[in-house]
Amino acid sequence: MADFLGIHGTALAVREQRLQLLAANIANADTPHYKAQDLDFNGALNAALAAQRGGPLEQGSAISTATTNAHFLRPSSQPSLDGNTVDGDRENAAFAQASLEYRASLSFVEAKVRGMLTAITGQ
Amino acid sequence: MSNLPIFDVAGSAMNAQSVRLSTVASNMANADSVSGDPNAVYRAKQPVFTTEQVGANPALQGVRATQVLDSQAQPIKRYEPGHPLADGNGYVYAPDIDPVAQMVDLISASRSYQANVEVFNSAKETALATLNMGR
Repeated sequence: MADFLGIHGTALAVREQRLQLLAANIANADTPHYKAQDLDFNGALNAALAAQRGGPLEQGSAISTATTNAHFLRPSSQPSLDGNTVDGDRENAAFAQASLEYRASLSFVEAKVRGMLTAITGQ
Repeated sequence: MSNLPIFDVAGSAMNAQSVRLSTVASNMANADSVSGDPNAVYRAKQPVFTTEQVGANPALQGVRATQVLDSQAQPIKRYEPGHPLADGNGYVYAPDIDPVAQMVDLISASRSYQANVEVFNSAKETALATLNMGR
């Protein structure tokens, strides 16, 4: 039952983590010395899946460990005087894309849930 | 702090940007407030932004306007003996505020605020869609 959602449940959680990081970047677009952060989605997803397959680790902790390890500081596209590496437009675009990807993952999960509901109710 | 830290992050940024908008408004409003005493002249205010951890994840940083600093720029001395506030030598002192720089700051703060409202709305939509799963 745990892997009923397959890859999509984990993917959804990792995508949420990435959305949060991008939101933090946008929030700190004017904070001196703030370094733009990002998440290596591929790496985080693979690590989380491997951890879940490998042992009795809780799904939540597997995901949080994997996303913490996949953090990286995104290099800035151009130097700024206050040491901030956030590029507002790039960040907005990345957030929009990440938000769309989240919706995509969500629709996969939702399809699974709907399928299961149909099977349960038998209608 | 909550289960949905993205709202805290965007909210903290909106709060900080609105502090910045307020300081700009205050600076613009007082650009022409003269005084007869150079030490009593209005000083341009500027907020200082620092990161602030939101929730349990140390990577997730919100923002906070920790303090509002007074500008150290010297007041502008003008010779206006007819001015009611003029000092003994006929001088009045005006704050050294550059309205163009203030307008730039205003636009920048307002754009950043809007970007965070955008983030907030889109996070709200995705959260609602997730909560309505299976309905």
